[in-house]
Amino acid sequence: MSITGPGTKLRGREFDVATVRADFPILSRKINDHPLVYLDNAATTQKPRQVIDAISNYYEQTNSNVHRGVHTLSIEATNAYEVARAKVAKFINAPRHESVIWTRNTSESLNLVAATWADKNVGEGDNIVITAMEHHSNIVPWQQLAARKHAELRYLAAGKDGLLDMANIESIIDSRTKIVSATHISNVLGTVNPVAELANRAHEVGAVILIDAAQSVPHMAVDVQAIDADFLCFSAHKMLGPTGIGVLYGKYDLLDEMPPFMFGGDMILEVTYEDAKWNELPYKFEAGTPNIADAIATGVAVDYLMDLEMDNVWEHEQQLTAYALDRLTALNGITIFGPEDPALRGGVISFVHDKIHPHDLGTALDQQGIAIRTGHHCAMPLIRSYDVVAAARASFYVYNTKTEIDALVSGISDTERYFVR
Amino acid sequence: MMGNASGSGSLGELDDLYEAIILDHYRNPRNTDPVDSPDIDLEVNNPFCGDEFQIQMKVENDAVTAVGITGRGCAISQASASLLAELVEGKKSGEVRASVSSFRRLLQGEELSEEERDVLGDIEALGGVRKFPIRIKCALLSWVGLDDALKEHLAK
Repeated sequence: MSITGPGTKLRGREFDVATVRADFPILSRKINDHPLVYLDNAATTQKPRQVIDAISNYYEQTNSNVHRGVHTLSIEATNAYEVARAKVAKFINAPRHESVIWTRNTSESLNLVAATWADKNVGEGDNIVITAMEHHSNIVPWQQLAARKHAELRYLAAGKDGLLDMANIESIIDSRTKIVSATHISNVLGTVNPVAELANRAHEVGAVILIDAAQSVPHMAVDVQAIDADFLCFSAHKMLGPTGIGVLYGKYDLLDEMPPFMFGGDMILEVTYEDAKWNELPYKFEAGTPNIADAIATGVAVDYLMDLEMDNVWEHEQQLTAYALDRLTALNGITIFGPEDPALRGGVISFVHDKIHPHDLGTALDQQGIAIRTGHHCAMPLIRSYDVVAAARASFYVYNTKTEIDALVSGISDTERYFVR
Repeated sequence: MMGNASGSGSLGELDDLYEAIILDHYRNPRNTDPVDSPDIDLEVNNPFCGDEFQIQMKVENDAVTAVGITGRGCAISQASASLLAELVEGKKSGEVRASVSSFRRLLQGEELSEEERDVLGDIEALGGVRKFPIRIKCALLSWVGLDDALKEHLAK
């Protein structure tokens, strides 16, 4: 029996957005009497029928706890949970599936590394390097750690062109650097950062690199070995999977030496009244009953993306991004943040209108069924560095079309006619 | 409900939120001049959307004799701040605080008395924000800030 769901019907075919769209029930919804145009994919993506079915199938057919029982359901649930882990490992080309830890989300993965590896290895006078374009979840854990350890938190600057200032990496990442933590693709600027280069520099000085891949793994082929990432993390809900589950990849030897993050069931090998021995990887980092159903559904989301092929996904988004940049640039009063060259960015476009506040724009577009994100995008320092307090953001995924970008552009024009005179 | 002269066409129920009076105050905000040696001078902001306002007031003999509100924000928060400034000028502090309370109740969808509606006047147009719950904070931003500051000032 297959509880992980069948492969998608796209295998062996060319990428066809109409076929993809038919798999997403929510795309047939009307919002304010208009067809939904969902352009908030950097926040979370929609889910295909296959993923939704995997969750209900699990609860209808397999529900049981993992790694414990000897009964059939428990064995099936354990098997499906571990098969999903192996799928994720293959998806990011992890050399061993024990290197894939299930967490709640990217934030938890980042916090896990800060609270375990970094807590053990960062001391007074050491430094931690992050970039100026991080999400709050890759800033605040390091601010807290730096304060606790009397360490220095350094930022690799970003220019107005939306690119990291790589000229200074040798002075910023130095012999006292213990960890470099950087986003692979900025959730605001869309910039694709040169993470392999950062990894290389980190390793030159004996530091480790942690990559926030929340905006990259869903959209492009990511190979943890090619990047030589020590740690890399992402969330399932930004890649067609459910909320409440994420991944931390770590090199086996690093994970093996790290203290546990949380304590409880499943993460121990043996407990006495006095002490406990930690379980082997990956279970040492998975205390308590895990999010079994959503892990399994994440495996199905990975199947779906692998069937589409990540190179096709990236190419589709590149085309949409180039088209959207062209059309938005042609509008009056629009300022777009991030690299001008679409080849240097993923499918995330943040912008402001010189006469319409992002929230007014967001409300007006919603009246036409168009969902965009407005606000600071959990990157307040970066947003402020552009001398604005909020921005609008459109972000794309496998089911988006040029027609939807046309709807966005005409929606902005309608909004302008409404507010500006 | 007052209609919007512009008509929102494909923008659906937008006129319910942005009535003509709101768009007018957004485009031409009132009472934006700074106040000389103000008794109350505070900044309020909503980090969620980045809206921020500076509120200055002169309070003499328990009455607001001058008010200036400047800042940046969405149409709702700007129009709301402008309408607030217009309302409080010349009012006794007790009247101001009562109006803020009426305004809060309006946004919570409560029935206002005839007397309260008379006091708020055009401001009742902001009641349309109820249909857009995420925007209620925009409408309240300057009002809550001003009320807190006035309360603090009176306690001195």
